[in-house]
Amino acid sequence: MAQFRVCPDSGFYFDKSAESLMKANAVAGAVSLLIAGILALGVILTRWQEVHLLPADVFYQVLTGHGINALIFWIIFFEMAILYFASSTLLRTRLAAPRWAWLGFALMIIGMVMNNVAVLQGNSSVMMTSYAPMQAAPHFYLGLILFAVGALIGCFVFLGTLVIARDDRTYEGSIPLVTFGALTACIIAIFTIASGAIILVPTFLWSIGYIGHIDAAMYRVIWWGMGHSSQQINVAAHVSVWYLIVGVLFNARPMSEKVSRSAFLLYILFLQLASAHHILVDPGISSEWKVFNTSYAMYLAVLASMIHGLTVPGSMEVAQRAKGYTKGMFEWLRKAPWGNPVFSGFFFSLIIFGFLGGITGVVMGTEQINLIIHNTIYVPAHFHATVAVGTTLTFMALTYLLIPVLFRRALFLPGVAKIQPYVFSAGMTLMILFMLGAGTLGVARRHWDMDFTGALLAFEYSGTAYTMMAVAGIGGVLGVLGGAMYLVVTVGSLLFGKKLDESAGLFQGFGVPLAPSAYNVEQPERLQMAPKLAVEQHGSAGFEAPGTFALALALLVCFVVYYFINWDYLSSVWPLS
Amino acid sequence: MSSFLPPSERNWWSTPVGKQEILWIGIALIWCLIMFFMMPYWHIYGKQNLSNEAYQTNAPRFQAKVDAMVASYKVGEEAGVPIVKPPPGSDVYMLGRLWQWYPILELEKNQSYRLHLSSMDWNHGFSLQPVNINLQILPGYEMVITVAPDQAGEFTVVCNEFCGIGHHLMLGKIYVKEY
Repeated sequence: MAQFRVCPDSGFYFDKSAESLMKANAVAGAVSLLIAGILALGVILTRWQEVHLLPADVFYQVLTGHGINALIFWIIFFEMAILYFASSTLLRTRLAAPRWAWLGFALMIIGMVMNNVAVLQGNSSVMMTSYAPMQAAPHFYLGLILFAVGALIGCFVFLGTLVIARDDRTYEGSIPLVTFGALTACIIAIFTIASGAIILVPTFLWSIGYIGHIDAAMYRVIWWGMGHSSQQINVAAHVSVWYLIVGVLFNARPMSEKVSRSAFLLYILFLQLASAHHILVDPGISSEWKVFNTSYAMYLAVLASMIHGLTVPGSMEVAQRAKGYTKGMFEWLRKAPWGNPVFSGFFFSLIIFGFLGGITGVVMGTEQINLIIHNTIYVPAHFHATVAVGTTLTFMALTYLLIPVLFRRALFLPGVAKIQPYVFSAGMTLMILFMLGAGTLGVARRHWDMDFTGALLAFEYSGTAYTMMAVAGIGGVLGVLGGAMYLVVTVGSLLFGKKLDESAGLFQGFGVPLAPSAYNVEQPERLQMAPKLAVEQHGSAGFEAPGTFALALALLVCFVVYYFINWDYLSSVWPLS
Repeated sequence: MSSFLPPSERNWWSTPVGKQEILWIGIALIWCLIMFFMMPYWHIYGKQNLSNEAYQTNAPRFQAKVDAMVASYKVGEEAGVPIVKPPPGSDVYMLGRLWQWYPILELEKNQSYRLHLSSMDWNHGFSLQPVNINLQILPGYEMVITVAPDQAGEFTVVCNEFCGIGHHLMLGKIYVKEY
């Protein structure tokens, strides 16, 4: 029989086995982030040409490890925790098949270790993308495959939990928006893992000699079916977390359930083929295909993100205005809890994801504009805005919310936690902006030496490019410092944070539940629908969130101006046809 | 607080949507449509488009074409790499291999050439600097683009797709001369 405890501060119910799984996955994610962060420092200090720390072979090895740990392991472990939270905890239900969930977790750990060992051994420095026919050691691919199988099991446990909740009628009405968003992420994850299997299984067989040839173009098309879609899992997951955070902090309700849910649905329908924008300058793929898949498919997903960009802060604004922060356009924002890292982390991630990540992503995903951006350092600048700030910072903010609730510990060094989102965002923004600049000047990504020392022919980038890479380096170091602050607070909280529950101990922090006495509920009360509003809010009133609308228009203006600047830049390069 | 609670209305899908959201969705949709139209527009009126011309090939076959061009039009050598000056309007070839772009091309300003690109081994990135034109070059595929250099000078082809330990040594040259 499933056992539950209720968190006295938040009112969330935790199923014992789901709770342990959330903790275990979150901790495994933090370990991956630690590895990724240490490796990030190596990458940053090498690309900063004046420092140029690592030798070439180590640099490429470190870059491979950084990419995989940051983009895959950290985020997917954390997303597993989110899936269990959004199903079991939010719906007040027992977790389906906890043993299967543990098996999935074990496979993910084995896969992660195996892949990291392969990279560490030095014969798998093939970058995260591992483009065939460049070959890594067999256990490099096998590790990724095992990790993906583990994640797939987690996805099915999540779906099973939704089914149990519905059958047991643990909630009234429809599933909450946050759970709906998590379901979106889960569906995209299943598609992603299927693409991954289609390409990684043959590649693994090729690496052990059972298959003779992997076509380079086929590899890129299918690999990106996994590689890009996995980033859409992140978007769906972190947008869900944004809704959760505004709900918890401000009692905010979605401006319209219909609009927000439809936007999530657009992600499922239209994001997948957006992986096409990785192959815009590849041979053998027609322009019609490229235009169709990047515009029709991707722009409807872009539309969805633009909708969330309005409705997430909009719902916060409506809630704040209802509390009386109605002065001017922005009192609701000025009076927000800027000292609370849950809020500041969430809000910075929203802004940087939209303004830097979103705009640059759409611009470089334009068929012709991709010509002046493909494989320059502009590309990592873009995805650091989306993933390293958008997703990662959101998950950091969520951690600050969950440490007291899930681990029953107070935050360790709250002063550090308070400024952490500021340090991380400032550092990353600096790095991203200057990498975007350097990319525009043609600086290549995944490149050890801007000086080309020892090459037969010579080439020199402009002095400005060097300056930009140096400033990006400073920003990157600051970002790593912000990441380290996060880990100090998190690990410190688990070890030394004040116990909010007497039975919260060290080992409780690492997967084992609280003392048995904490679990005294057999089945929580049925989850009721959100209270109805006293006054009908929607439809009749004019602009309920004018400040947010102004911010959204500011985003649009930046977007339009920057988009056409890039067309202008494109028009200045050599004619091609 | 309903973001993590079931919606307050059972029939949430039939509740009216606020004007502000409708307006924003409309604006965003129009912007998405404009961005869509820009791509076909540029195919018709813009000067920087990739052709859809590509062929399956293999390393020896492409190498043979490169060698034939080098044999016919070689005009010099730099750092052991032949400099080739093919006639304007002709088919010119450049191959990427670990870790070199081969050969060096000498082109005339404002003349167009059919440039064939392929890789002998792994993925490479053709990144023409400082112009900043970037193409993905795959083994087994021959990409053909018509290029018309409109600036004279020395241009460098940097490899910007990771291709192993010597990746950062992989450079090529294109000289554009004005007559």
